[in-house]
Amino acid sequence: MSAVATDTDTVVIDYLLHLGDNALVLAQRNSQWCGVGPVLEEDLALTNQTLDLLGQARLLYQEAARLMGGEATEDTLAYFRDAPAFRNYVLLELPASLPRVGYAQGDMDWGVTLARNFLYSALMVPLWEALQHSAHAPLAAIAAKSLKEARYHLRHASEWVVRLGDGTDTSHARMQAAFDHLMPYTQEFWTDSALERAAVDAGVGVAVMTLKPAWEATVSDTLQAATLRRPAAEGYVPQGKHGLHSEHLSYLLAEMQCVARAHPGAVW
Amino acid sequence: MSTSDTSTPPQTTPALKDWPLWEVFVRSKQGLEHKHCGSLHAADAEHALQMARDIYTRRQEGVSIWVVPSAAIVASRPAEKGEFFEPAADKIYRHPTFYDIPDEVGHM
Repeated sequence: MSAVATDTDTVVIDYLLHLGDNALVLAQRNSQWCGVGPVLEEDLALTNQTLDLLGQARLLYQEAARLMGGEATEDTLAYFRDAPAFRNYVLLELPASLPRVGYAQGDMDWGVTLARNFLYSALMVPLWEALQHSAHAPLAAIAAKSLKEARYHLRHASEWVVRLGDGTDTSHARMQAAFDHLMPYTQEFWTDSALERAAVDAGVGVAVMTLKPAWEATVSDTLQAATLRRPAAEGYVPQGKHGLHSEHLSYLLAEMQCVARAHPGAVW
Repeated sequence: MSTSDTSTPPQTTPALKDWPLWEVFVRSKQGLEHKHCGSLHAADAEHALQMARDIYTRRQEGVSIWVVPSAAIVASRPAEKGEFFEPAADKIYRHPTFYDIPDEVGHM
């Protein structure tokens, strides 16, 4: 799946799908907290952010579908592609818990959810900032809208990382375990991909490596304020944006897609 | 749960027990006043502000939010309603409608 067309439309479509898949997969993960959040207020706060992400995914898929033409719609992109076609970071498809196998069920971990939202939104704030200057005007417009949402997501997640990290012994230990678990997955942010390189060459995308200093500063400052030790990001480097996913994505997609596939074309 | 002791009342969840109550005031438009719209539990002022944003301004209800610790509000006591409010009831001359305006004054 490494073949990247030189045709500009294809480059833009692939890049839009990468961004859209990130938003949709994290929206689906975080939506699992809807109705079971730790307190009513936080349940609403996280559901609000989930709807922000879902809105971003819709705009990105709609634009990709417009460029693809034919039968493509936001729904065919969300519901009728399988795991290998998704280009999201593996970080975003992991369960909201410490490591477990794909079919395992159990309590979700608020610390893991907030640590993930923090690591991701710390990337998306500078990324959306830069994408406001994308040569593809519709993407620049989506970036301007999404930036405000990402800034709030980062603020919300940072508050929690500091509050729980610098909280009780238990909350500190759980927050540390969450970052120990997730930090290696952030290596994928900085890996080279043909998809992103082509988008950068076309003036449509952003060279993610240029955002690393901003991300590093946000992560270091926040973890320090939270009295957390910054774990090393090393070991296996995930390749979700190349379509190589963990076992968790298929389970997530099965749940998300089964109704649309059982009743194709159904409306209400 | 067969071993649980049913004689003890269920514990309030630690979060709600520990988090103080805050009153939320939202200004719907520039130039209008902040109006009380409800309350919520939050760990501190900044947290209360974020939660107020998520709970009370989801449908574009506001352009500004105040949060105030509920404990900081001093309220009149319902039991003292009689001495507090009823003496005003027979002083109808305090309403402008009590006075007849001469026709020549015109519209006020």
